[in-house]
Parts: sequence; structure tokens; C-alpha cells
Amino acid sequence: MRMMIGRIGQWFDFRLQLAAPVREIAEHPVPRNTASWWYVFGSAALVVFILQFLTGILLALVYVPSGAEAWSSLQALNHAVTLGWFIRAMHGWGSNFMVAIVLIHMVQVFLFGAYKFPRELTWTIGVFLLLMTLGMAFSGQVLRFDQDAYWGLGIGASIASRVPILGPAIVKLMLGGPIIAGATLSRFFTLHVFVIPGLLIGCVCLHVLMVLKLGINEWPMPGRVVKRATYMNDYHELTKKNGAPFVPYAVWKDMFFAAFIILAVAACALYFGPFGPTGRPDPTIIQTAPKPDYFFLWLYALLSLLPPSLETPALLIGPVVVIAGLLLLPFLSGEGEKSWKRRPIAVLTVMMIAITLGTFTHLAGYTPWSPHMSAWSGDPVPDQFIHGTTALERQGALIFQVKQCRNCHSLGETGGQRGPSLDSVAVRLTQDQLIRQVIQGGGNMPAYGKNLSPAETTALVAFLETLHPKGQAPARDAARDVALGDEKPVVQP
Amino acid sequence: MSTKPVFVPSSETAISRRGFFMKLGILFNGLAAAVVAMPIVGFLFSAITRGRANGYLSWVQLGKIADFPEGETRLATFRNPYVMPTDGTTADTACWVRHIAGEQFQVFAINCAHLGCPVRWFQQSGLFMCPCHGGAYYSDGSRASGPPERGLFEYPHKIENGLITIQAGELQTPGAAIAALTGEKPPCA
Repeated sequence: MRMMIGRIGQWFDFRLQLAAPVREIAEHPVPRNTASWWYVFGSAALVVFILQFLTGILLALVYVPSGAEAWSSLQALNHAVTLGWFIRAMHGWGSNFMVAIVLIHMVQVFLFGAYKFPRELTWTIGVFLLLMTLGMAFSGQVLRFDQDAYWGLGIGASIASRVPILGPAIVKLMLGGPIIAGATLSRFFTLHVFVIPGLLIGCVCLHVLMVLKLGINEWPMPGRVVKRATYMNDYHELTKKNGAPFVPYAVWKDMFFAAFIILAVAACALYFGPFGPTGRPDPTIIQTAPKPDYFFLWLYALLSLLPPSLETPALLIGPVVVIAGLLLLPFLSGEGEKSWKRRPIAVLTVMMIAITLGTFTHLAGYTPWSPHMSAWSGDPVPDQFIHGTTALERQGALIFQVKQCRNCHSLGETGGQRGPSLDSVAVRLTQDQLIRQVIQGGGNMPAYGKNLSPAETTALVAFLETLHPKGQAPARDAARDVALGDEKPVVQP
Repeated sequence: MSTKPVFVPSSETAISRRGFFMKLGILFNGLAAAVVAMPIVGFLFSAITRGRANGYLSWVQLGKIADFPEGETRLATFRNPYVMPTDGTTADTACWVRHIAGEQFQVFAINCAHLGCPVRWFQQSGLFMCPCHGGAYYSDGSRASGPPERGLFEYPHKIENGLITIQAGELQTPGAAIAALTGEKPPCA
């Protein structure tokens, strides 16, 4: 039996001639200290990519890329097709894992100086792989053709439209027509299923080929400096003389981690289930607050926090600068120290970017900049703010709610956070200042002068003046008391 | 023994028969590529040029004037004039109709002038508010606060036979303002 299998194998290999090169690849020597758990992220990214590939094909068996039917076909996947929900969940969670692993892989490569000579091109292609991964994440969100996808496309179109001169043409090219509609979904389907995966496969092959040809980056040692003249000899020394074959010396860690990641994706899929779809992509349903997927939340926060005048330049120039910086990195610092222990600026850069993105993502989790659209009708005025108030002050509390002030201002920690909390506004502003602020607005607050009668303003300000902590007197304008001649002794509550 | 003159090309100016045909082959393929490329480019960019087609920007009826009480701002919906069979509900569009007085109207696009999210009208405070990044507009569409750099987009409108009609057909984006500067007339500016 064994001989039989051996002979069949020989028959094939005589024709295919693959055994020798495959063995050569598998057993290529690697520096001994690269058999590390730090070196598993690249192969894990490849494994998740293959997983995405397979689950994507499975989803395509049911999914219909038509503006009129995509949403219903996703509902069918979720509820009617056996285990459709699980495949959708695997694909959705797989995409989150893929972005995360690609980012971790990139950070590891950066901190280990692996982008330096002679691996500059490997890094460059890696940058394109990152961009394509993000492109897949965004286009995938569009294929989940729901309300978030629809308005997300609107945001993408609004950003694209700001390109000088070419903007409107780019928008039409992106949407496939004058509006977000069936043609838009069709072209994002083409990007997500044909164009980007094709490019990804090509670039992944090149990327892996270069890792095999140039060898895996050795473990960086402080003081072992990369020089173009001597590096190849030094690396040869590490691999050929003191190295070990990749299979089985280092590969088992990759295999363990890959299996762990696949199980983690499956576990998330099983526990959390698929993403959406949210409501129908019907633009006449306007009671929606669209939000991007996890990996673009930081961008959502950035777009809220940038001053308006800086937004367009930041949106159009920022990506160019960041991508150019990433692409140029290996050519600007292709030699020198590899170890993170001797590269404090590199470490600080990573930390700064991580903290910035983390903070923005955290902020986007609760969107303090968005008005709470139903706070005025839904959130009660907490007891402590109306207890023992006069009729006029209560009338003011009512106006405060009815005029939607609550949508942007919180009371007792409920309500919008767009404007400052008004729990103790009377301590900060005097009566005059309150009246002025309400009527004229300013400091990012609309003016309410046209929408409040004098009586309403009086009542509203009377209510606002009661908003101060017990034991803390409201702000008062001493000069006004003197000028109006109604100076009263300050009553300590 | 005949002394037939034989043409022997010198090594520098040599154009062999095979070499010549190979170059001709490259040229021929280049020509074929150019011929095929033209319709491909035309097809790819048709989304831009389609703007000149009939029905791309059209007058759409929103309803009777009587449906929009004076002094109020109400949501109206219409079907986009340019529709493809696979558009489904996405070709339905909403807009805000403000009836000022008599035959004076304003029709605003639903899209926030910041990044296109759907703005909502609040009658009591006379404000349009955007749920995304917190843009706010006054009842006449002018910017009140938040990140938008301009007021709401307005559709050109007219009143005919007691019906309010708007010129629509294109997604409203901030880039339209830039297009206006370069001479291309956007439907809403």
C-alpha cells in the first residue's frame, strides 16, 4: 500500500516537479531566535485571509448584489438559510480580526526594524496590503446594504466631493450615478469580490515570496546595526551556519496561533452573532443615526472634533501624508539600529498613534458631539431640579424640554452632551449672561431669539437660575445690583 | 559557380525578418489595445458623462400646496427621476418643504451640508439637527452651529397649478459649491 502511494506520488512529481521546490521552501533555514511567538502575526493574517476567502464564497451562494434585494437576501441568510447566520458572523468577525492582526503585524514589523535593508519592498507591498484590507473592510460594510451602509456611502461621497474641481465627477464615479442606489452597490460588490481580492492575492504572493527569498527578519539585538555592505553576509551567517529549518523548528508556533485565531473567530461568531443588517436602506426613513464599523470609528470622531475650516484640508491632505510617510519609511531609515530598545522615537510614535486612535475610538463609542434626538421628549427632568420651584421656574423647565434644549444639554447626567451640562449653570453665568446666551447663542450654540417669546425667555432663565448646587450661591453681577439700585443682601442658602 | 550577390545586413543596421515581424506584432497589439480601450474607458466613466442624458435632472412633483400648511416645515418624499431597475427603495428620497407664506417656499435637501447624514426638523425650537456630528440649522436653512461650513442645500422649485415641483436627481454633497465656482451649475447651491 505504501509503495503504491509512493509510486503514484512519483508519477505526479515526475510531471509536476513540485516536490523539490516545496521541500526547499519548507526547510529553508531561519535564524534560531525567530522561532518566537512574536513572529506569528504574518502567517495568522494569511490564514484569516483564506478564511475570509472561503466564507465570502459561501455567502455569495445566497447574497444578491442588487439594491432592491441585497437587504432581503441578508435577512434570508440570517433567518432562513441553515447556518447562514454563522457564516455571516464568521465573515464579519473574520474581517475585524483581519484588520486587527494586520495592524499588530505591522507594529511588530516596525518595532523589530524588519522594514530595513533589504526588506524595503516587502514593507511597501505590506502598506498596500493594509490599504486593501481597509478597502475590503469599508466595501464589506457597504455590501451589508442597510441604513448604516447607505448613509456611510453618503459620508464617503461628501468627503470625495470636497476634492477641488474633480470632486463632483469623483462622486458620480464612486456612486455609479447621480445618487446612492443599485449601481453603487453593484460597483462596491465588484470591488469587494473581484478587484481588491485579486490585487490582494497578487500582493500577498509577492509579499510571502519576498519573505522566503530574503529570509525572515532576524531577532533585533541592540548594537547589531544594519549596513548595506555587510548585512547579507551577517544574515547568511545567522541562517546557513547557525540557523534551523523553518519546518518543523519554527512552524509549529505559527500553526498553533493560526488554529487559535480561527477558533477565536468562530467563538466570537457563535457568541456575538452576525453584524446587522440594521434597518432597510430606505432614505425616506430619516430616524437613524448612522455609525461606521469599529475600525472607522476613530475617523468618525475626528470628523466631529476637527474645526470646520481644517476639515477639508485634513481630509484631503492627511491620508496622502500618512500613506506617503508609510511608503517612504524604509527608504528614509533603511539602515541602522533595528532593536526597539535603541529606537525611542519609533516606540513613542507607536504609543502616540495607539493612544490617539484608542481615544478617538472610545469617544466614538458614546458620541458626545451628537445631539440626543429624543432627549427633549424622552428624558425626565430629575426631581431635584424641580423640587420646591415656583410656577414660573417650572414653566421654564417645561420650555427647557419643549424647545429641545435637552437634546444638547444634560441635566442630572441625562440628555445630550453636545453643549455643557447645565447642572450648575447658574454658578457660571449671571442672569444677564443667561439671557444673552439664550437669545443670541454663540460658542457653538444656535440663537433662540426668534423662537422664544419674551415671556418664555423669562421663564426659561428663571429655571436656569435655579440650577446651582446646594450651598453654592448663583453667579450675580454686583455692578448691576448697584446700577439698578436694588442691592440686596446676599442670602446664603 | 555563380557569383549571385547575397544581401548580408551589417550587424548594426540589422533588421531581420523575424525582428521586423515581432515589432510589427507589438505595434499591431498596441493598436488592438487602443481600439478596445476606448469603449472600456467610455463604459467605466459613463457614470460621469451620463449627467448629460435626458431625465437626469428633472422637475418632480412633491404634492399640492394645501398639503404643506403655511408657516410649517414638513417632510416630503419623491422617487428619483433617474432610476435603474435594481435601485429598490434607495431611489426614494426625502426632503424638507418649508411653506413660508402664500407661494413662498423653500425646499431643503435631507442631507446635512457637513457629511450628508439625514437632518431632522424640530418645529418647537425651529432647528434642523443632524444626528451624526451635531450640525444645526435655522428654519430658513442657514447654518446655526456645528461642523457644517454652510447652510442646507436647497432644491430649485416652482409652483404650477397648485402643485409644488422641485428640480431633483442628484445626491447633495458639499462639493457642489466648488463645482459652482468652476462654472458647472449644480442643482442646489
